[in-house]
Amino acid sequence: MSATTGAGGRGSTRTAAVFLSPMMAVLALVAVWPLARTIWFGFTDASLTAPGDYGLVGFANYLEAYDGAWYGILADPTWWRALANTLIFAAASVTLETVLGIAMALVLNAEFRGRGWVRAAVLVPWAIPTVVSAKMWAWMLHDQFGIVNAGLMALGLIDRPVAWLADATTALPAVILVDVWKTTPFVALLMLAALQTVPRDCYEAARVDGIPAWKVFVFITLPLIRPALAVAVVFRLLDALRVFDLVYVMTGNAEATMTLSVHARQQLVQFQDMGYGSAASTLLFLVVGLVTILWLAVLRPDRSAVAGQREGAGA
Amino acid sequence: MVMTTRRDMRRITVAAGMLLAAAASAGAGGEARAEPVSLTISCGAIGVELSLCRDGVAAWERTTGNTVDIVSTPNSSNERFALYQQILGAGADDIDVLQIDVVWPGMLAPHLVDLSEHMGDAPAQHFPALIENDTVDGRLVAMPWWTDAGVLYYRKDLLEKYGHQPPESWPDLTRIATDIQQKERAAGQSDLWGYVWQGRAYEGLTCNALEWIDAYGGGTVVDADGRVTVNNPKALAALTEAASWVGKISPEGVLTYDEEAARGVFQSGKAVFMRNWPYAWALAQSADSPVKGKVGVTALPPGGPEGKTTGTLGGWHLAVSRYSKHPAEAADLVRFLTGAAEQKRRAVEAAYNPTIPALYKDDEVLAANPFFGQLYQTFETAVARPSRATGDGYNRLSAAVWQRTQDALAGRVTPEAALARLDRDLGRLSRGGRW
Repeated sequence: MSATTGAGGRGSTRTAAVFLSPMMAVLALVAVWPLARTIWFGFTDASLTAPGDYGLVGFANYLEAYDGAWYGILADPTWWRALANTLIFAAASVTLETVLGIAMALVLNAEFRGRGWVRAAVLVPWAIPTVVSAKMWAWMLHDQFGIVNAGLMALGLIDRPVAWLADATTALPAVILVDVWKTTPFVALLMLAALQTVPRDCYEAARVDGIPAWKVFVFITLPLIRPALAVAVVFRLLDALRVFDLVYVMTGNAEATMTLSVHARQQLVQFQDMGYGSAASTLLFLVVGLVTILWLAVLRPDRSAVAGQREGAGA
Repeated sequence: MVMTTRRDMRRITVAAGMLLAAAASAGAGGEARAEPVSLTISCGAIGVELSLCRDGVAAWERTTGNTVDIVSTPNSSNERFALYQQILGAGADDIDVLQIDVVWPGMLAPHLVDLSEHMGDAPAQHFPALIENDTVDGRLVAMPWWTDAGVLYYRKDLLEKYGHQPPESWPDLTRIATDIQQKERAAGQSDLWGYVWQGRAYEGLTCNALEWIDAYGGGTVVDADGRVTVNNPKALAALTEAASWVGKISPEGVLTYDEEAARGVFQSGKAVFMRNWPYAWALAQSADSPVKGKVGVTALPPGGPEGKTTGTLGGWHLAVSRYSKHPAEAADLVRFLTGAAEQKRRAVEAAYNPTIPALYKDDEVLAANPFFGQLYQTFETAVARPSRATGDGYNRLSAAVWQRTQDALAGRVTPEAALARLDRDLGRLSRGGRW
């Protein structure tokens, strides 16, 4: 990669710009323009009933004092609840998925009979459309007909059916577990790909020296798959922070599990409040951006590693 | 496609030619029959609702020569509303005739055709309150198709077995349900519950909550002038009673139930009482229903001696989109479907309540639905959701009602605190009663 850019000089930079411009134009059209519109509508009182007819209201959708009381999203306890839910969901699901994904990848990386079948099988949860798996789990967790309750009762772990999705204390953990079930294969797949790039001779040398397995993992495997791990976690974090379908299908608008996306949709679509809903979407965008920047800042020492991964992917 | 052989190509060409020929001949036939048009209608997407709609539409197709496609829309009213908003907001002509909920005319009116000139004297046959509901700023934007009010289903056999009468008040229902649930469970039916209803965080819970509050004489959450009235002792008594059910006579899971989930429990014989809409009657009495012949229907009980028998007014109406390319034909379809003959068929086949009072005296209708006579009284005392007073703000109000109600039902806060919070929420939403 460095060879081509180094040799080409200014002429090839211009060529690159020519080749890139169609993609930039498409990006501007499908990403930048809708985003800019959303931010703009966040400062208006537009309604979905008549989207063309609106006035500017400044920051009123975000925060506004009126008759001695505060209004706007930042004064809305429901929004703060949704923010907390979103952060809990993202932290818990991404952590669990990462740990389980690595574990699963290590197992799949080992040589055993029928490995191909197992590899295909673990991908099934990831292949099922989210709406389908969410509905399926909602039925499995059903308090009267659900197989989860039937199983736990048969095992004698609970003495009467639990309404997993109705109880505020179990609803969010249940949704998180379903997300873990669904998305761990994705992390595992990325990790497996990374594991297969680790040179075999490292392991052989370690075995010859009699180094314990956990030390091999911590000092050889982990550093070598770290770039891929960083990429997987960023992917998952972005997805988890804007999670919508899983939560909405399983628990609807219930506050116990409402995430920022569910909240924004409710304002925008159900309440037809395009201005307020756009402001909520903008805040969601800011939260996702902020968390991602923070995470990348934490990873700062690994920057070269991430860049290395990118180069590796490009090559 | 990459693998297409020459023979495949020939087949495709032949098929395409046949399609073109068919299209051409259809076009030619059309001219002779005075330009049949093709419409789309959105009605209930599943089960008996869909088959009723399909049959009704087919009858109209036969008499007019037009064709009608039924588009599937989400079963949940909240979802359906969102879809309509998107389609209508974009000015799309995808759906000509829309099945809309009784609380939507005010919110959707700008997108709907004024039907008054197409309906002739038909509106005069319907319940005046429903026609009034569909008239926004002097424009008749929808026609009532069927009406609804929450009713109470009960297991006749179980009540008889333990010597109970249908409940005369909500506390009475609590007592009977507790008694039968205890005795049946002791006798071995361990998964029997006393009472199932709609506790999911959605519009249905707002309907249930409104019924409890109205039954105790606690008003309609927001009065006709838009003032928030929900934080009063009678509403508190109602909510306290309801909160006492969860985990006792109602499963905790009731907080995730919608109409069909509640019916699933009741119809499989696992509940003594159920609150639902009248549509559940025909299904509970269908041939494959485990509780066939064991079900009774009555009005929802009053809160107590000072309360009243009530039910939240529901029902679905038909409207024509302003963006329809064939508004006259679409209006004619609405006129046909909401007409007396079609409403009678729907009442007899599937217990859908007519919006035409005369049909409640029709022998065939009463023979199929013996409880309709009593329901007629319920419609007179039914409580309407405060959608007229709140206009565009109704969906926000409803969301606040179901959220705060669910807080109290789940025991997350006391009923006192839930009502106080609801009062504050609605005050904020309406900025002090100015919706």
